[in-house]
Amino acid sequence: MTETIHETFARLMTLDRDVLAIAWLSLRVSLTAVAIGLLLGIPLGAFLAVTRFRGRSALVGLLNAFMGLPPVIVGLVLYLVLSRSGPLGSLGLLFTPGAMVAAQAMLATPLVAALTRQVVADAEDHLGEQLRSLGLSAPRRAGVLVYDTRFSLVTTALAAFGRAISEIGAVLVVGGNIDGHTRTMTTAISLETQKGDLSLALALGIVLIALVVTVNAVAALLRGHAVRAYG
Amino acid sequence: MVVPRRGFLTLGLLALFGTVAPASMDRARAEPASIVVASTTSTEQSGLFKHILPAFEAKTGIAVKVVALGTGQALDAARRGDADVALVHDRPAEDAFVAQGFAKARFDVMYNDFVLVGPKTDPAGARGTDITAALKRIAAAKAPFVSRGDRSGTHSAELRSWKEAGIDLPAVKGEWYRDVGQGMGPALNTASALDAYILADRGTWLAFKNRGDLAILVEGDKRLFNPYGVMLVNPDKHPTVKAKEGQAFIDWLVSPEGQASIAAYRIGGEQLFFPSANVSPVTKAKP
Repeated sequence: MTETIHETFARLMTLDRDVLAIAWLSLRVSLTAVAIGLLLGIPLGAFLAVTRFRGRSALVGLLNAFMGLPPVIVGLVLYLVLSRSGPLGSLGLLFTPGAMVAAQAMLATPLVAALTRQVVADAEDHLGEQLRSLGLSAPRRAGVLVYDTRFSLVTTALAAFGRAISEIGAVLVVGGNIDGHTRTMTTAISLETQKGDLSLALALGIVLIALVVTVNAVAALLRGHAVRAYG
Repeated sequence: MVVPRRGFLTLGLLALFGTVAPASMDRARAEPASIVVASTTSTEQSGLFKHILPAFEAKTGIAVKVVALGTGQALDAARRGDADVALVHDRPAEDAFVAQGFAKARFDVMYNDFVLVGPKTDPAGARGTDITAALKRIAAAKAPFVSRGDRSGTHSAELRSWKEAGIDLPAVKGEWYRDVGQGMGPALNTASALDAYILADRGTWLAFKNRGDLAILVEGDKRLFNPYGVMLVNPDKHPTVKAKEGQAFIDWLVSPEGQASIAAYRIGGEQLFFPSANVSPVTKAKP
């Protein structure tokens, strides 16, 4: 065990450009997926928070449950859809970074929507009546409340990023872990573990954790700056 | 209360989407010619592709994207049209693939062999040169045995060996027979942790680093011969198959240059794969 740890740190010093390229791909895929998740999830969550209609609570319950969607199932379904023999096979997306973005976006969107709904619903408890008395339509009210809670929604974005960058089940199936093309941090770690090169796997794991911590730190800095500037 | 205006969140989102999305899409588009090769975990995890592909890519400009799966899964992916070329090691399954019309031809590429790996102390007394005798002793001793259990070429070979040993696996298997359903590497990791016996391909074993107390106990039995074949997916079945580029890869693999590149791959001085194009594979089996 201690031997592995010693080796791990030795390996960390010698990580090469390949690792940087893999880390960069992971970052790009996950950030893109989170961006899509935010674009789809925030309006959906906010809409569910400010409106009342039949079946709404069932939809909210479903959304909350989908926060726990198993990545490998998402990967499998997407594989069958994107396969050349599947309905969207003509897109030729299988085993490309685009397929991995789609898979992670499918994981991020329900998470963003469910958390946004909660945050916006809480804000609505305080401000909803006031907004309605101004005669604002539901989309307008949703917009105002999202803007009001924007700093809390940063945490939602970070949660979605955490889910996207750490998952392996979906990207492995739809990406194929192709060297130099669809190999991400998590699939690389898994591959090195499979090869029995545990110290390299652990070194890559440390890089991944550093990446996640850095993204979170940057978000915290931006948020702090924004709160001072616009809050 | 504030009225929504273009806050940093919106801008940040747009910036993210504007810069990140095209970047990740670019990559797929920027590569002029590329093929997808469905292959086995043994070829990928042994490091063979990393060794031979740069020469082919430099010569032809065709990028080779290897998806490493078990042989059964790799052939399934090829059947669905998700790969252009399949490079696998399960002769009966490959012949069926050709017979079903999913490929027009199968080429011999190379071979290596399977080895029975187990704890150095060899509690079941399996050491020797006879795989069936070894398996009989392991079953009799109910010594821990790890099986791939994933329809891979190695799994098929293991099941064939039990059959040849005259052992009715479903009848005798119990707690000692661990079916892990994973690739060669994870199965070896499990065997290493459990001090169990396992049938492995020599290439992955040589490249494997977490050996613990495991060592090769049985090798050299001609029944452990492990031939690899390569097939172009039939473009008549799947028009999206890149037949020209895929065939170029196959032609290169079986050419003197490709065969020499395969033969040159060594780990710790040991050759992992032996070229077998254009020769009758069984007669060239490793003794």
